[in-house]
Amino acid sequence: MVNIGKKEKIKLLKTMKKIRSFEEAVFKLTSQSLVQGSVHFYIGQEAIATGICHCIDKKDYVMSNHRGHGHMIARGARLEKMMAELMGRKDGYCKGKGGTMHLLDPSIGMMGANGIVGGGNPIAVGLGYACKNFEKERIVVSFFGDGALNTGAFHESLNLASVWELPILFVCENNQYAISTSVDYSTPLADLSKRAASYGIVGTNIDGNNILKVIDETKNCIKAIKKDKRPVLLVCNTYRHMGHSIHDPRTYRTKEEEKNWKKKDPILLFESKLLKEKTIDQAAIKDMQKDIDRDIEKAIGFGKKSPKPGKQELFNDIYA
Amino acid sequence: METTFSEAISQAIAEEMRLDERLTIIGEDIGAYGGYFKATKGLYEEFGPERVKDTPISEIALLGTAIGSSILGYRVIVEISYIDFMTISSEQIINQAAKMHYMSGGIVNVPIVVRTQCGAGIRNAAQHSQSLEALFSHIPGLKVVMPSTPLEAKGLLRTSIRDNNPVIFIEHKKLYKTSQDIPDKDIVIPIGKAVKKRTGDGLTLITYSYMTLVALKAAKKLKEDNGIEVEVIDLRTLLPFDKETIIDSVKNTGKVAIVHEACRSFGAAAEISAFIQEEAFDYLDAPILRICGPDTPVPYCPDLEDEYMISKEDIVEGILKNL
Repeated sequence: MVNIGKKEKIKLLKTMKKIRSFEEAVFKLTSQSLVQGSVHFYIGQEAIATGICHCIDKKDYVMSNHRGHGHMIARGARLEKMMAELMGRKDGYCKGKGGTMHLLDPSIGMMGANGIVGGGNPIAVGLGYACKNFEKERIVVSFFGDGALNTGAFHESLNLASVWELPILFVCENNQYAISTSVDYSTPLADLSKRAASYGIVGTNIDGNNILKVIDETKNCIKAIKKDKRPVLLVCNTYRHMGHSIHDPRTYRTKEEEKNWKKKDPILLFESKLLKEKTIDQAAIKDMQKDIDRDIEKAIGFGKKSPKPGKQELFNDIYA
Repeated sequence: METTFSEAISQAIAEEMRLDERLTIIGEDIGAYGGYFKATKGLYEEFGPERVKDTPISEIALLGTAIGSSILGYRVIVEISYIDFMTISSEQIINQAAKMHYMSGGIVNVPIVVRTQCGAGIRNAAQHSQSLEALFSHIPGLKVVMPSTPLEAKGLLRTSIRDNNPVIFIEHKKLYKTSQDIPDKDIVIPIGKAVKKRTGDGLTLITYSYMTLVALKAAKKLKEDNGIEVEVIDLRTLLPFDKETIIDSVKNTGKVAIVHEACRSFGAAAEISAFIQEEAFDYLDAPILRICGPDTPVPYCPDLEDEYMISKEDIVEGILKNL
């Protein structure tokens, strides 16, 4: 295991908690109709975005998916601009025109969430192509779920990335379900990383709820990408605590299954570990949460205050 | 110099690649093989395998490659050898490339060109002969360019490559071997500007791509046999199409025929015709005539395919009968 300092560990815990609290706040805002439409929550998967973004460089590129709040926050996005975007306001990341599924911030290498399952991987190939040709020191991370594994775009992307030797870390966040369809039903493999073999690349399968394991393995993957000039497939097993989106009654899985996975909640696991090894104490955790809550309140206030885009905005930005 | 349509395409690409050393082109069989229709001939030899890059048959990933690279500022031209295969890439074109600028609130540009090839007439049957331009012209955020001559292909392709938006550049397969004298100087033609290929005050004939050649022959015959002066407008760009040139001509002639090879229903002619009646209804002396491909797939059997295609005679008869 890699050595991570005390300060870094605390920072990691804070990022994970920030993602969760942000989404809990967003959930509340949906009930007040301040946030509308389909929102896909990352709750339960925080260790993956946090761990992986911890390992990559500021200049690296990240492709996200429809469940992208965690990736944005882990990458250092501004909560107030995210919140304003989710509220459809002018000061949001996309002037309110993208919403939750199209969040992006190229200034921090966040090249876009994506509303199409599997739609980000081909674009990640393009980012990798640009890195290989013109920005050799950079790599690309592409986040997608188990649902994307069986799209044609996945196959085309991994194959092309391999034959062109592109520096891409393909991260499959296996949260067990594509809306209601379980990965056991959709994919005839117990170990999803075996898919990598058919592209002649390395595939690894890890517990995505253990942030230290995520960091450890991501570092290995990045080393391999840089050394072997090949993409790597990293499968992180996890669980989506909430439904696919806010409208999902979760009739396809049992309460017991949910309960068992929640025992493996990545924040709970990491927090207990840090408490046990005395990296942090309860008082500090409380302060940390207060800090986060204050930031989120500020973000909500910013969003509420931000004006709605004028009607003319409908017709802007169609062409560059 | 006498230049074929194929040569004009590769010249345009070469000239832009010399100007922008980061510009690359990717596609199936475009490298040493020179492209299925020879429109990339010579590029591989001049620019090498890293800038003229052969790809596996992966139409989705090809588009993704172009998008991902171009949003970072490194422009990519993609060749999709048949427009029929664009249906496979269409997720990346329609959901991603066309909307990124808008979805990002104007932060991200997608300066890609997708060069593709369309049309019937060489016995290629239903999956290699379609005219799908209306499909892409229905998508805000895209530009759709369809030149009819080598010179215009060259000028418009150069502009398309420099454009900051995704451009679908459609080449009709029956045009590749056509040739004309192209002057040895920089040729740049703006997107969205139509051109009158023949002037006249009897009738406005609006068309584009290969059908321009057929329409010009029909116009000549109508003049010779019937004394009708047909004004032929080559749109050159479908999205956006040149509204001003159309309206100016319609105001002068009062009669309109729209000709395209693509099937009739929900085609470009329907849109243009609706536009004219909205903007110049009072100037019309007759209902707008559509002379379009039939609402059928393109058949293989040569006799049937000929029946599908619009001929000079079809245009002449259509105009004489209805206008």
